[in-house]
Amino acid sequence: MQLRAERTFYLIGFVLLAVAPWLVSPYNLSLLGRFLAYAIVALGLVLVWGEAGILSLGQGLFFGLGGYVLAMYLKLVNLAPGDLPDFMQWSGISHLPAWWAIFRNPVIATLGVAAVPAAVAAAFAWLVFHRRVGTVYFALITQAMVLAFVTLLSSEQGYTGGFNGLTDFHTLYGLSLDSQSVQNGLYWATVAALAASFIGLKWLTGSHFGKLLRALSDSENRVRFLGYDSMPYKTIAFVIGAALAGIGGAFFTLQAGVISPAGIGVVSSIEMVVWVAVGGRRSLAGAIVGTLVVNFAQEMVSNAFPNVWPFAIGLMFILVVTLLPSGLGGLFRPEALAALRARLRRLSGAAGLIPMADDPGRDMRGVK
Amino acid sequence: MSELALFVGQLFNGASVASIFLLAALGLALSFGLMRVINMAHGEMLMMGGYVAYLTLKFTPPAYGILIAIPIAFVVSGIAGAILEVLLVHRLASRPLDTLLATWGVSLCLQQGARSIFGPIGDEVTAPKWLGGAFQVTHGALNGLSLPYARMFIIGFTVVVVAALGLLLVRTRIGLYVRAVTQDRDTAEAMGINIRKIDLLIFSLGTGLAGVAGVVLAMLEPVTPSVGQAYIVPAFLVVILGGLGSLIGTTIASVMVGLISALTQIVWTVSLSKVFLLLFVVAFIQLRPRGVISVRSRALEET
Repeated sequence: MQLRAERTFYLIGFVLLAVAPWLVSPYNLSLLGRFLAYAIVALGLVLVWGEAGILSLGQGLFFGLGGYVLAMYLKLVNLAPGDLPDFMQWSGISHLPAWWAIFRNPVIATLGVAAVPAAVAAAFAWLVFHRRVGTVYFALITQAMVLAFVTLLSSEQGYTGGFNGLTDFHTLYGLSLDSQSVQNGLYWATVAALAASFIGLKWLTGSHFGKLLRALSDSENRVRFLGYDSMPYKTIAFVIGAALAGIGGAFFTLQAGVISPAGIGVVSSIEMVVWVAVGGRRSLAGAIVGTLVVNFAQEMVSNAFPNVWPFAIGLMFILVVTLLPSGLGGLFRPEALAALRARLRRLSGAAGLIPMADDPGRDMRGVK
Repeated sequence: MSELALFVGQLFNGASVASIFLLAALGLALSFGLMRVINMAHGEMLMMGGYVAYLTLKFTPPAYGILIAIPIAFVVSGIAGAILEVLLVHRLASRPLDTLLATWGVSLCLQQGARSIFGPIGDEVTAPKWLGGAFQVTHGALNGLSLPYARMFIIGFTVVVVAALGLLLVRTRIGLYVRAVTQDRDTAEAMGINIRKIDLLIFSLGTGLAGVAGVVLAMLEPVTPSVGQAYIVPAFLVVILGGLGSLIGTTIASVMVGLISALTQIVWTVSLSKVFLLLFVVAFIQLRPRGVISVRSRALEET
């Protein structure tokens, strides 16, 4: 019975998103479309961080790879053979490099949106996980990875467009990107991709695979003692997260009309984690809501008071992580509410040095 | 300038950058070894130290203002660290990844705070006259080599700090406690060591050192609200390479990171050298996943 209520709730949500083009102005629709593309990234993070317990501070890398792969196609599609994209001519590049040229093919580019980030993530995750590197180290390495990527993008102006990134796109698969109906179509495609990811991940987290991921995040060693090799499970979860980030990046690029290092760097990558933290790291629906809430709030606050936004997002992060680790999604779960009440009581009781011995999280003192 | 002089010059630059990485990473590595938490606001402790230097030099004679700024920065960043530890880090200690995220929130607030107070443009801190020049080699194989005194001071100062910290850890009772808690928290507590005090002490000592790193850094480049960010990611890599809470490991790792960045920059651009550094770290953990110096332990779950 409860499951049916839940399903009805999700169905209403997606139907509302689908009819949005008739309800909101084109400007707000384009914002919503971009934020829904972000929500696809957030869904991937629920699997990677919420379920498998792997914190990735480098989702911007995969988001960027997906975005740039598609942008390369969009830059090449209208060029005569032998011609170069505008920014390459300005930088004095004389030949189109081979790794650009293959993305002239629409099929390769479309598949590459998910395949390129997935391949990078697979190689990286395998290298790190097979040596059983801890989660904290992993998070720090992913952050270094996205920093290196962004520095590389910014400095190789001739091949990547530098700080400005890639922009000025006109047609996709022969359709004009300037027309409102094509923009509406893109919006629906984003909603469809989001819904497909949502349903796929719902199924995946409910499966044996999902159960193993949760078990791994609780105690990797116990799972290993039961005879499972943890490495492939963690790698696959990370790869799925990366592929979803790439798809989100591609939809973002199409609707924003630009992909540049600014939106995928260290800070942006952590902001992706903020969306999920606010929405609820173990709740797929929560992650979508969290992404929309944080981004619309950012849109409103940072336009009116640009100096206030960093404080707002910083404080929001501190409060959510300390007081409500299961995010907005946790407000619907009785045990998370009880934990919140306990935390608040402890805060008001003694703002001093009382250890949180009854914290429901894992206790490192027992681990050592 | 000869090839050799260029090479030696970069070695020297690498050593001075390694010194700043080391000062910044020491606190991270020590508290990571102790509590398994990473403080993402550590870079902002460095930034605070930089602004302390900027403010101190406004009110003190330029000749030895920097020497006054060092202890002040140590105290200011140390107190800031203590507040952070008591209010946040300690409360989240059982959830290392959440600590990382919450302290990142703190880092954002501190950066924006600095931007509101000091503005986004960098503030210059001029090194005193006696550190202004450079040691010039004018003949021989190293003709053209120039070693700035400010960088020499940084290297020498770091050596002194690390030696003092080593003595503290090896020769004093507090150091004994710190090593005991790092090795085995439960047993140390059972022996009557107040692990709360040790955690707090090491955490604020570490942030204090980051503040000192900020003063030193201010002699090389302008202080900006985001200056900590530029040094914190290499400092994280140093912690990963160095191994849990090991002073020697962290030192070796800082030298590796500093030299790799400096030497690869002879042939490549800065961005390629960053990519190489990352690849190096990933390759290195294939060989030694627990860092240069790994503490042997029978414990099953290590971070």
